[in-house]
Amino acid sequence: MEALLKLSNIKYSYHTLQGEIPAIMDISFHVNPGEFLAIVGPSGCGKSTLLSIIARMLEPEEGTILVHNPNGSLSYPKMGYMLQKDHLLPWRTIWENVTLGPEINHTLTKEREEKLLMYLEKYGLSVFKDRKPNELSGGMRQRAALVRTLALDPEVLLLDEPFSALDYQTRLSVADDIGKIIKEEKKTAILVTHDLSEAISLSDRIVVLSRRPSTVSTIMEIHLTKDPKEPLSSRKAKEFPMYFDLLWKELNQ
Amino acid sequence: MTDLRDYDLYACDIPTAQLEASEFQRKYINKIKAYKRHIIFARILILAAFLFLWEYAVSVKWIDAFFFSSPSRIVGCFLSMAKDFTIFRHIGITLFETIASFLLVILISLLVTIVLWYFKKLSEIVEPFLVVLNSLPKSALAPLFIVWLGSGIPTIIVAGISVAIFGSIINLYTGFHQVDEEKIKLIHTLGGNKWHVLTKVVIPSNLPTILSNMKVNIGLSLVGVVIGEFIGARKGLGYLIIYGSQVFKLDWVIMSIVILCLVAVSLYQGITLIEKWYKKNI
Repeated sequence: MEALLKLSNIKYSYHTLQGEIPAIMDISFHVNPGEFLAIVGPSGCGKSTLLSIIARMLEPEEGTILVHNPNGSLSYPKMGYMLQKDHLLPWRTIWENVTLGPEINHTLTKEREEKLLMYLEKYGLSVFKDRKPNELSGGMRQRAALVRTLALDPEVLLLDEPFSALDYQTRLSVADDIGKIIKEEKKTAILVTHDLSEAISLSDRIVVLSRRPSTVSTIMEIHLTKDPKEPLSSRKAKEFPMYFDLLWKELNQ
Repeated sequence: MTDLRDYDLYACDIPTAQLEASEFQRKYINKIKAYKRHIIFARILILAAFLFLWEYAVSVKWIDAFFFSSPSRIVGCFLSMAKDFTIFRHIGITLFETIASFLLVILISLLVTIVLWYFKKLSEIVEPFLVVLNSLPKSALAPLFIVWLGSGIPTIIVAGISVAIFGSIINLYTGFHQVDEEKIKLIHTLGGNKWHVLTKVVIPSNLPTILSNMKVNIGLSLVGVVIGEFIGARKGLGYLIIYGSQVFKLDWVIMSIVILCLVAVSLYQGITLIEKWYKKNI
């Protein structure tokens, strides 16, 4: 299987009047189609910058991203971006929020509307369709934000610490929840996080970055024996502590 | 059961369902009602005492009615001017000029702010000019407008605009720039451009700023209009004040001031109503 995205020798620096701050030194890894990839690293190591580069909102100073679409298309895969907070616009209803992307791109067709209604139904949001975001719980809001991202039919989901603004309890269940939805929709996902257990429980592979200016210090494959019926099953898998230890050591070298 | 915090303390519509609540709840509500009654009573008392004292002081010749007028003379003056409709023409013209300059201020300052927001470099270039123009006492400009534009309604409207416009632009521009960067990023992640950022995030999130800005502007427009009428008008409450003072008809002057008070309050309340309506519908 060929990689969907192949990043080679990506480099990026921030420029201020005080001088140049190299954020990303030399990063290479690949993303397989359909996999859930996590990127972890110490804070300030340029994880979010890397995500912006993959989303093509930032241009790397050096390096390339090669694309190999399984369907043979030559275009860059469509990216869906999830930010740290849900950022649902408070003056819009949930429906107006989830249709924001298609509205901007003038692609709100009947079919798309039906698909979005189906998503809302499936993820328990249809009763809140005409409500304002402030009437929803943190977890529900995050689901709505995910539906908003899915509304543009992205091939790759970029998750920039999407659970970090939630309280711990909500965070556990929402991460579980969102992880399941992404698996169900068979999307490729790249998650940036500094929460090791989140990375282990959600992903198939973990890219560990070093301190700034960052390079890839290791890439780890995750195989957990879990019972899919049980909530938070990944966190209860017997391999979980071992991976945690390995990551911990890697990050604290 | 509705949460009591949702009630506006100054609205007397505490539902009866609340009154059937527990004894402590009833006591609590009665306490709040009594508090409100005291405040309203005290306000009326102050106003009545003031009017009475004024009238009394004139009637026992503590002060001279020629200079200080009196509540009864003001009412009489109003009634006589209401008979031939002149007073309503003066009020109407001032109201028209104020509302016209207010609407123009809103329109122009919104357009200018959007342009400045769109072109950041331009906004940095013009910033010092805006600051100077804003801190200038705009009444100093009024004589210039009279010379340039002649005396007449357009001049008065321009005077009204000049008082409010610069502050309005600065205020709106600040609001436009306080929009959450992440919300702007959100629009970009959804494939939107700067225009989408403006229409989907910046303007909707600034509606409260625009409304509070309107509250300031309606008052300032009135100030500008009255200044303009002082020096270059044949109609309007400002004209009536200046003319009355020149011919020592102080009944006219004080009556006009009282009417200006009422006009200012009703304009402000009008905007407050719009604001309330908006808040209810958000």
